[in-house]
Amino acid sequence: MSIVTVQLGQCGNQVGFEVFDALYSDSYCSQGLCSKKENEAYQASCKERFFSEEENGVLVARSVLVDMEPKVINQTLSKAAQSGRWKYGQHACFCQKQGSGNNWAYGYSCHGPKHEESIMNLIRKEVEKCDSLHGFSIIMSMAGGTGSGLGAFITQNLQDQYPNALKMNQVIWPYGTGEVIVQNYNSILTLSHLYRCSDALLVHENDAIHKICAKMMNIRQISFNNINQVLAHQLGSMFQPTYSAEDSFHYRRNPLGIDWQVRPPLARLPALGKMPFNKELHFDTSIANLVILRGKDVHCADLGGFRDPALYTTWLKPADAFSMWKTQRAFNKYEKSATLVSNSQFLVKPLDTIVGKAWNMFASKAYVYQYTKFGIEEEDFLDSFSLLEQVIASYCNL
Amino acid sequence: MTQSVVIQVGQCGNQIGCCFWDLALREHAAVNKKGIYDEAISSFFRNVDTRVVGDGGSISKGKICSLKARAVLIDMEEGVVNEILQGPLREVFDSKQLITDISGSGNNWAVGHKVFGSLYQEQILEKLRKAAEQCDCLQCFFIIHSMGGGTGSGLGTFLLKMLEDEFPEVYRFVTSVCPSGEDDVITSPYNTILAVKELNEHADCVLPIDNQSLFDIISKIDIMVNSGKLGKTVKPRSLVTSSARALKKHQKPFDAMNNIVANLLLNLTSSARFEGSLNMDLNEISMNLVPFPQLHYLVSSLTPLYTLADVNIPPRRLDQMFTDAFSKDHQLIQADPKHNLYLACALMVRGNVQVSDLRRNIERLKPSLQFVSWNQEGWKTSLCSVPPVGHSHSLLALANNTCVKPTFMELRERFMRLYKKKAHLHHYLQVEGMEENCFTEAVSSLSALIQEYNQLDVTKGMPVQDLPRLSIAM
Repeated sequence: MSIVTVQLGQCGNQVGFEVFDALYSDSYCSQGLCSKKENEAYQASCKERFFSEEENGVLVARSVLVDMEPKVINQTLSKAAQSGRWKYGQHACFCQKQGSGNNWAYGYSCHGPKHEESIMNLIRKEVEKCDSLHGFSIIMSMAGGTGSGLGAFITQNLQDQYPNALKMNQVIWPYGTGEVIVQNYNSILTLSHLYRCSDALLVHENDAIHKICAKMMNIRQISFNNINQVLAHQLGSMFQPTYSAEDSFHYRRNPLGIDWQVRPPLARLPALGKMPFNKELHFDTSIANLVILRGKDVHCADLGGFRDPALYTTWLKPADAFSMWKTQRAFNKYEKSATLVSNSQFLVKPLDTIVGKAWNMFASKAYVYQYTKFGIEEEDFLDSFSLLEQVIASYCNL
Repeated sequence: MTQSVVIQVGQCGNQIGCCFWDLALREHAAVNKKGIYDEAISSFFRNVDTRVVGDGGSISKGKICSLKARAVLIDMEEGVVNEILQGPLREVFDSKQLITDISGSGNNWAVGHKVFGSLYQEQILEKLRKAAEQCDCLQCFFIIHSMGGGTGSGLGTFLLKMLEDEFPEVYRFVTSVCPSGEDDVITSPYNTILAVKELNEHADCVLPIDNQSLFDIISKIDIMVNSGKLGKTVKPRSLVTSSARALKKHQKPFDAMNNIVANLLLNLTSSARFEGSLNMDLNEISMNLVPFPQLHYLVSSLTPLYTLADVNIPPRRLDQMFTDAFSKDHQLIQADPKHNLYLACALMVRGNVQVSDLRRNIERLKPSLQFVSWNQEGWKTSLCSVPPVGHSHSLLALANNTCVKPTFMELRERFMRLYKKKAHLHHYLQVEGMEENCFTEAVSSLSALIQEYNQLDVTKGMPVQDLPRLSIAM
């Protein structure tokens, strides 16, 4: 079953490239630490999900690239082509001349309707290439104008046109200390709209990834390339084929089988069987957790700690809330690796912070005229605020 | 990719414009080694086959044949424009892009605005429409002028209303040179205040520049270079004050100053023209830096002013660039943003600088800066991979800050000193269409603006309180 990726805006396209590159590198790397047969099954599964094949055997990413100005897409296409290993489809991109100006309203209300048909056509062509479509991975940032506004619009369209396919949004959370001044407005508008039409929002915080680069990887001068590569590694570790508990013989055909809002921190542990957070006894309550193990000794890993009822809300049994997938095949040359995808209160603090800042700014009405100019009224802002306050309250009450 | 059209009005506007085009050509020559006409160059230049007679010569792709500036040159005297057309840049300008007269505006805003405005309205409109048609996707007009004289000030601001009516979707960015206290034009306060009213009402974004600040920057560089401390260690082609970037001993006095402004415009547009890991288009400037439409005056600072040739530059030097951007010595108007209130701030970085360098410096500088309560983290950042010629990296900081208020207040004072005595007023009132209420309205407009800044300043230093949030029934 295949996943079609939609890469939107500068961030979406830069990250999208790194994701496909990571998936390819991992699939075709020689250090899988498993049998040849196993490796081939892994490669075939990955290929089915993420790549289609041209007549000459060249792999083409199952991806549609969208941006409102040309620079980034041009760069992305040429980077992929230069690698010589995989590439993007020649006609898989949609581009305009003038960007969205960091304006969610412009992305959603102007670019959206104007380019709806062209973009949905491109997506449809990509879907038609799949034997069977499992769903969409939409990569977008919340802070800007295209990824956020047009991204929300397109996700809504996907909901209408493909109601049975899973829609998972990779939402990039900007640095707390501004990349964009109106990022909090753009964020709340994006999240509230996605909430109504997406099946899963995977949150990736730039601040968190930055810390990983600085503290865990010891990179001195961290560039967006570094950040995007870490992100791609995280996504790759989640997306690559695994076996489920039920079926140990075939790679799961259903790559995303999760239908709740998820948030993955990355846990790269050299030895398994240890609790990932062993410092505080207070846990953010979870609704559900998924652990994915890859590499050596996965069969003897002890994950009892994840079944501790203390982790979960009282109205859930750990057996219902916890899932584990695994494969012997090592990921990205790591002898052992683990990924945790979690739907928990972890998100409350960052979300609350963004809502708070947006609310303070909204009270002064600063910048609001830029949005009303393109049809997003104060009422739309208020609707977004109410929805998100409800989400925060629901999580707090777990 | 989008295109921009530069409209240079009056003596000052045209002289700065000339420096700008020279620098732009040098920059693109340095970046574009293969001589292919690409989207980056097309933002400011057309590619024309000069063998074709008439209008059909535009070439959109392939090798560069002959570059023509997307510019309209307007002056009511012929001297400056003629000099440009006889100078080294003569091939860059299309002779059909000029509008000149011979008599000049006599340093009188009313003559520039009312007399020449109506006289040349149709012609100007025609040239602008032509320039717009030659663009695939026109995004922005850059107007360069001074405020103290007659043509740049009067006719330059007359243009704004016309642009707003004729091209409402296209941004209007104005670079305005303000007269300093010792300006030799006695009526410059009148001209300036009358111009400011137009800027308030019809510009999207104004970058005010002060001759005194430019002069101080040049003196600073001169002292450093001539003190012998740096000696031969200033990297050739790196001076922000020189078009050839080399140290010229006998430059014309305003050349050095004009080059600083030209660099400002180049750096402002670099992230829109060239690639980078975090792009910033021109429409993002007004989206992020103008929280309320009337507060659209941005204070700019450029660093570094020169690069030392010493290759063993420790990373500390990079951080120094950020510190300098906030020092009042580097601002292009006489203002001190560090000790006033920020509404918003943009950092546009070029060259080998990564996001961690940006973050580190923002964290470092934040505590010493005051931001308005509703925009405590009001930073907009951009990273462009292509550095300016002669530098490995550079920074342009744009601040929407209440530090412009003293400048406006001083302008108002100088105006009132003249106006109370009705000095020289008759030169203006005798122009058809000018009445006393033009003046009173202009002062009101300015006073309203000052009042807005006052109200923001009052909030400075007050503790930031979180407002009560929406409460949800569960």
